[in-house]
Amino acid sequence: MPASADRYLEVQRSEEFAELRHRLRRFIFPTTVAFILWYALYVLLSAYARDFMAIKLIGNINVALLLGVLQFVSTFLIAWYYARYAAKELDPRADAILHSVDETPAATSTDGSAQ
Amino acid sequence: MTVPAFLAAEASTSTSRTLTITLFLVFVAITLGITVWASRQTKTATDFYAGGRQFSGFQNGMAIGGDYMSAASFLGIAGLIALYGYDGFLYSIGFLVAWLVALLLVAEFLRNSGRYTMADVLAFRMRQRPVRTAASVSTIVVSVFYLIAQMVGAGALVSLLLGIKPDTTFLGMDAGTAKVATIILVGALMIVYVTVGGMKGTTYVQIVKAFMLMGGALIMTLMVLAHYKFNLSALLGDAAAQSGKGEKFLEPGGRYGVQVEGNALQTFYNKMDLLSLGLALVLGTAGLPHILTRFYTVPTSRIARKSVLWAIGIIGTFYLFTLALGFGAAALVGGANIQAQDKAGNTAAPQLAQQLGLDYLGGETGGAIMLAVIAAVAFATILAVVAGLTLASSSSLAHDFYASVIKRGKASEREEVGVARISALIIGAIAIALSIFAQNLNVAFLVALAFAVAASANLPAILYSLFWKRFNTAGALWSIYGGLISAVVLVFFSPVVSGTATAMFPNQDWQFFPLSNPGIISIPLGFFFGWLGTVVSKETDPKKYAELEVRSLTGHGAH
Repeated sequence: MPASADRYLEVQRSEEFAELRHRLRRFIFPTTVAFILWYALYVLLSAYARDFMAIKLIGNINVALLLGVLQFVSTFLIAWYYARYAAKELDPRADAILHSVDETPAATSTDGSAQ
Repeated sequence: MTVPAFLAAEASTSTSRTLTITLFLVFVAITLGITVWASRQTKTATDFYAGGRQFSGFQNGMAIGGDYMSAASFLGIAGLIALYGYDGFLYSIGFLVAWLVALLLVAEFLRNSGRYTMADVLAFRMRQRPVRTAASVSTIVVSVFYLIAQMVGAGALVSLLLGIKPDTTFLGMDAGTAKVATIILVGALMIVYVTVGGMKGTTYVQIVKAFMLMGGALIMTLMVLAHYKFNLSALLGDAAAQSGKGEKFLEPGGRYGVQVEGNALQTFYNKMDLLSLGLALVLGTAGLPHILTRFYTVPTSRIARKSVLWAIGIIGTFYLFTLALGFGAAALVGGANIQAQDKAGNTAAPQLAQQLGLDYLGGETGGAIMLAVIAAVAFATILAVVAGLTLASSSSLAHDFYASVIKRGKASEREEVGVARISALIIGAIAIALSIFAQNLNVAFLVALAFAVAASANLPAILYSLFWKRFNTAGALWSIYGGLISAVVLVFFSPVVSGTATAMFPNQDWQFFPLSNPGIISIPLGFFFGWLGTVVSKETDPKKYAELEVRSLTGHGAH
């Protein structure tokens, strides 16, 4: 059961929550912009820089193939790094706030656990 | 169609046909068994809509892969690479990178603040009835478009894979009847999976299918690579040589953003179309309702995160396999042989399987066995994906439209699940009817349209909902309807519907929008309308936003 509306406002305005939101947004927004630009660069090169994409590197492996595989690599790396960042920077802070939500008189319920 | 080269040997055809049907029946029997078992465990609404929220990260990751790796991914991308080379790979990159949007911006927050459907999050701090109606409409539009594309594809594929030609009969049916029969069979099975097994049954079907698909693709990839002694360059060189296109085969531009000599305007449109497709692919995934509902099947947002990590690993690996399969098919089967069987190249993977069996597993019989295995995997793939789509749309119809809009939140859980089951039956029946009607039309654009609508209508509303305090009911309605209508209208006036030889209506011409994918216009429009609708309305609810923000970030009060 959710806590009362005022309690959520209190939590949202707390320093701890501001810190959690800051650390979350500081990671997810710039990272999203970065991987979308990196992907856009790849698509733009595929559309407009075909001579560059056609340069052969090793045998029949050209720049286009390498850049494509690098998109896979960057996706795997970002996913792995996010999981690490979240476990270290976000999860402990979220847990602390989660337990504090129901700990004051403003709360209407004590059941704050995920089912 | 002429007698396909790869099915010319009659003995091989009938062996693999019998085997394919047997394997397919085994798959159906196993999955029906699971479904009946799951139905006994399905008692509450949470069981039906969210599989009891008891799946592990790995299980749900596999199920996400099962939902996502449709026949379009498996057969379509392998076929694109086999016929057009590099550009097929470009497609799969967009499909994979898209998962980062889901991982970073959507999955965990949706899991924490929603219950059963996408609308739970969209309507969280809004007026319930209008927003849920809008979300339900866009969920059903996206899912049904996707569903029709899959089912029409199934009909065509099954007749191809079973070698049913226009001049032959199969069990007394000609090719046309066999197609209709397939569509009805696939539709009936998906209705059974969903109405009987709910989310629990459907999730297990996805997991079984994902194992089969990954296994089949892995074996073929290893065989292709072994054939070239694990020398990737040799495989690429051979594929380029056999394609008849030379080195161009390994470069972008074979299929998308085609350079038209002497026609600068068309070249410009083609390249814009490529950018538009890229945008729709990367932003569409995190707005697909049948993918979003998967995040509710795990106990917590942390496990939802884990399941997306698994999904990225599984899907990424699978797309790397399709690279080997596509280039392998180009090198070992040859573009001409593939096109003789299916112009769009959808049979490249099964044909490659047959060739590999022929070369390495004892000739004709080996070829027949490999063909049968991969054909059965393809059927399983189609069946699992249509079940996931039907479940997502019937859940939205029951939970959002029936329970919240019609009954104003006063329906009992039991009643709601009953309605969800009936909805699955109705949506399934409508999809069957539309697919039979559309079976001879070119429906490939429906998948692109589904992604474009998901990216233009759903994603802006989800992101604004989660991260923009000021966002309100008007903003949600404007972004959903604005994105939905712009995408659908642009496609209607695009060259895929009329005005070209390959269009849905080749003899009509009302085309004026030059791109086949609307994303580059409709996605920014969806975001713009969401912003505009929000600022012209005075409604704000800081308290509800505080609740949503605290709950979505911490998991407080999560269902």
